[in-house]
Amino acid sequence: MPDKKHEKSKVRIDAHSGVPTTGHEWDGIEELNTPLPRWWVWTFWLTVLWAIAYTIVYPAWPTLSGGTHGLFGWNSRNQLTQEVTQLQVTRAPIFAKLKNASLEEIEANPDLLSAARMVGAAAFANNCAACHGAGGAGSKGYANLNDDDWIWGGHLNEIRATIEHGARWETDKATHSSSMPAFGRDGLLTPDQISILADHVRTFAELPDTVAPTAEGQKLYDDNCAACHGIEGKGNTELGAPNLTDAIWLYGSDKPTIISRIKNGGGGVMPAWSEKLDEITIKALSIYVHSLGGGQ
Amino acid sequence: MSQNVNHSPTGGLQKLMETNSILLVVAILILVSIGGVVEIVPLFYLKNTIEKVEGVRPYSPLELAGYNIYVREGCYTCHSQMIRPLRDEVERYGHYSLAAESMYDHPHQWGSKRNGPDLARVGGKYSNDWQRDHLRNPRAMVPTSIMPGYPFLTKTPLNAEHITEQMRTLRIVGVPYTDTQIENALIDIQAQGKLDHPGAPALSQRYPNAMINDVSGENGITEEDALIAYLQHLGVSVDFKLYDDKANIR
Repeated sequence: MPDKKHEKSKVRIDAHSGVPTTGHEWDGIEELNTPLPRWWVWTFWLTVLWAIAYTIVYPAWPTLSGGTHGLFGWNSRNQLTQEVTQLQVTRAPIFAKLKNASLEEIEANPDLLSAARMVGAAAFANNCAACHGAGGAGSKGYANLNDDDWIWGGHLNEIRATIEHGARWETDKATHSSSMPAFGRDGLLTPDQISILADHVRTFAELPDTVAPTAEGQKLYDDNCAACHGIEGKGNTELGAPNLTDAIWLYGSDKPTIISRIKNGGGGVMPAWSEKLDEITIKALSIYVHSLGGGQ
Repeated sequence: MSQNVNHSPTGGLQKLMETNSILLVVAILILVSIGGVVEIVPLFYLKNTIEKVEGVRPYSPLELAGYNIYVREGCYTCHSQMIRPLRDEVERYGHYSLAAESMYDHPHQWGSKRNGPDLARVGGKYSNDWQRDHLRNPRAMVPTSIMPGYPFLTKTPLNAEHITEQMRTLRIVGVPYTDTQIENALIDIQAQGKLDHPGAPALSQRYPNAMINDVSGENGITEEDALIAYLQHLGVSVDFKLYDDKANIR
């Protein structure tokens, strides 16, 4: 048979190159049937073998009820568990100390302090920097953590409580929930009264271009604001009422901004991080924030 | 003509295929479909494809409208929603994503590129105000951000006229919306967009964990509100304190 086929086809040995043709011919142009290089053929078959072996060693083929598990039962979720366990073992000695020590003890111990600051810095960059800024300097409406003005308190345990439960975070029952009334929107004060009040509030911090304090302003302040911000405007961290007598203003100290704050009330919202972060991370974050410069 | 393919040394089958285009097309389709049969079909019948978890619910109508905006604006081209089971990702973003968490997304928003961070667990990570400020001008919040601003979302009132049809359509492909949910879709949108709306308790019952957004803008409920409602729901459904990791290892 091969002989006969060969006879019928135009396969022949090309005289010039010594290589057989494929037998295809188009208008006198023929095609050489040059064999593939031996190294290429070997590589090809090796990759085929590799692929088959790979699907045997690793989980690959679907079956009717699941899939093959591979020779060693490898899977990515198990590998992750192992890696995380390993990480926990590596961290265990220092983390155990961080867990058992109080925040004050951590601050007093240089080794623990540096560990907590490292853990805290990483967690801060991941979770807090988006609002409070990479260096904790905050921005309009987002508190600066470097200064010594604290809305909810700057002592270690106060910082920790704020991180754990957030501010005005609905799903956390222990969150800082007090909120400034919307004096304008809810009709508690008229626009004129708000304007007088704004002028009056600006006198506390002796801001530039303030008008002289008036009796009417004082009365409005005493009736509406003093309960939270204090008679002297020094604020109250229990209620998250900022100090109005210093140069630090969360939303700005110009009159239109203050009018807008009195009109709309409310306040910033901070997530309750105990929903997402573990105890040690929160302790480390408290230390880190406390050590940024303004800690009390 | 002297050309004669009969003489090809390979003969028979090859000649049949090369001279019969319909047969060739059919053969190509069969060959190409093998990939699909092996890689895609099993996912539909295997019971372990989607983990058994508590808490995953269909999107509330407002979240669904936000999802539509997320798709429309192409957020998936720069943000993934897929935390892979790798140590560094789990350390940064939280528990790796489960198939169950995106089982009601049609189409899913896993994405494949991270110009920005993964968003699979962004829900509850920032306040609504932050999301608002950030969408309007990302660099006001993150100075090094390369994300474009979406200030027009603030001004665009949400058009949700097709939301009930969309919910019905999603039901056809397996999202378990109930008749009550579909009937009340437009009310639920209002209820999720305002604090103290009378429909809020019913909304919370129909969609547990739905975050109610206080919309005080003069434009009513805007596209921005919808998008934020959607973002705030990402990755918060499953309580991983109760989730059994080992039962779902495979």
